[in-house]
Amino acid sequence: MFKSLQKSQAAALTLMVLALLVIWYIGALWLNSDLLINGYERRNIDWSFSQLVADAYSMKRPLLPTPDQIGAELYKSIFDTKIDSKRSLVYHSGITLSSTLLGFVMGGLLGILLAIGIVHNRTLERSLMPWVITSQTIPILAIAPMIIVVLGALNFTGVLPKAIISMYLSFFPVTIGMVKGLRAPDKLHMELLATYSASGGQLFRKLRWPTALPYLFASLKVAIAASLVGAIVGELPTGAQGGLGARLLSGSYYGQTVQIWAALIVAAVLGAVLVALVGVLERKINRRMGVAA
Amino acid sequence: MDMTINTQAEENSAGTHQEARKIVSIDDLSLVFETNDGPVNALSHINLDIHAGDFVSFIGPSGCGKTTLLRVIADLEHQTQGSIQVDGTSPQDARLNRLYGYVFQAPALFPWRTIAGNCKVPLEIFGMSKAQQQRQIDKYLDLVGLGDFHKKFPWQLSGGMQQRASIARALSFEPELMLMDEPFGALDEITRDHLNLELLKIWRETRKTVVFVTHSIPEAVFLSTHIVVMSPRPGRIAKIIKSPLPRERTLEDRESPEFMALAHEIREALANDHRIN
Repeated sequence: MFKSLQKSQAAALTLMVLALLVIWYIGALWLNSDLLINGYERRNIDWSFSQLVADAYSMKRPLLPTPDQIGAELYKSIFDTKIDSKRSLVYHSGITLSSTLLGFVMGGLLGILLAIGIVHNRTLERSLMPWVITSQTIPILAIAPMIIVVLGALNFTGVLPKAIISMYLSFFPVTIGMVKGLRAPDKLHMELLATYSASGGQLFRKLRWPTALPYLFASLKVAIAASLVGAIVGELPTGAQGGLGARLLSGSYYGQTVQIWAALIVAAVLGAVLVALVGVLERKINRRMGVAA
Repeated sequence: MDMTINTQAEENSAGTHQEARKIVSIDDLSLVFETNDGPVNALSHINLDIHAGDFVSFIGPSGCGKTTLLRVIADLEHQTQGSIQVDGTSPQDARLNRLYGYVFQAPALFPWRTIAGNCKVPLEIFGMSKAQQQRQIDKYLDLVGLGDFHKKFPWQLSGGMQQRASIARALSFEPELMLMDEPFGALDEITRDHLNLELLKIWRETRKTVVFVTHSIPEAVFLSTHIVVMSPRPGRIAKIIKSPLPRERTLEDRESPEFMALAHEIREALANDHRIN
């Protein structure tokens, strides 16, 4: 029963990927053909549909590159290039990953600390919560360059300024999730610990924290994806020397659409892997906490 | 009407227990909850003494304040009038001294801890050494018949076993007083009979004082040395009955004439009160 379900799921997934590829190729032909037809007519070349198709799928700077072009670019810039080369996507991913992870750790800690403060202190809740929410309504693209410039003036360069942007994006889901999680214990469990005259710290360690863990993991998954976005955004505005953001920016300067798409795909895969890693950690902790499989 | 019942009740319990120490002493205690629909008289002019070694049941229909009274003893609610002493101090000091173990209607086990881990919660809070914790848990999980289930998680156990684990948890730090709020209310009758027997055995072996809230007449008769019959609106004590049954009891005793007579007396007290209302 389960096996056949898995099989049908795999079939559905394959079907969807195939459909997507077909749509992609049709879209690439459609989007790129205008440019090509204009060129043919300017140069008075007689063209056939088959020539149009062949050209549309092999342009150097297409409007929409085909999956095989992107695949070739990915292969070239991941496997055929030295890892420390500026043309290597592994090199750029490494730079982005380091500020993503640093920002994620800082954001996670800040988020948890804020939540603890908010849950334990009414005044903190009233004074902090509006700022926490307001912070997220400011467009990150507007504030990111300023953070980089201000920190640069204070002689903070390299990973840290980008990590701070990641932190800025990633603390929010953690705070919101943990405020809810730390308030989630049953009344009965709270009363049970009251009958033991448990201290505030004991109440936190024995009850609030374990109750909040599922909420924490849900928020961490959102936070690590936001952290990656923050790192890439942090690499965009200042002409950073490396990172996926820098790669995206230089690609768009020179109209290298294939390069942009390759970097986008790597960013997407990186994000998926990071979220999956948080999921693995979650399952590990869940098993230790006796959650039924 | 209240006054005469209470005076009578006081004589009843005071006269029979001069030698034993008073664990709970309640004097003209009232509790009014302020709600959106106006004040609710949850408890009205309660007078009650509970002595060391007693097994006292509070019985009555819902809304009679039996759980509230238990919660006042446990310092989970506070009276608005009158006074209460628990082991010669305030309920708060008694709670801080870890005088009582409380068993709730639901097992209230932490789902992320094993059965042993759950029973360790109070011991960890009280700063007991790991070795001592293990000794206590081994002893009391055996006592409630869960010796083979240390490493199981709560969801792997039946409702009755979960409730036994919660009783082991309350016993684990050896409090003098057990406060039990309808601990078997959610269980089927067969499990309930079984746990009643076990509870009696534990009570005799550990010589604890038990205050037990129930709405089952047979349960109250079977377990108690004293039965406090309560009635609602306002919540008050209708009658305090001292059980003539011996401390050693078996399930078959429930068919004895003494048992029947006692059950009848409780039923009468509950019914009488309805007529007054």
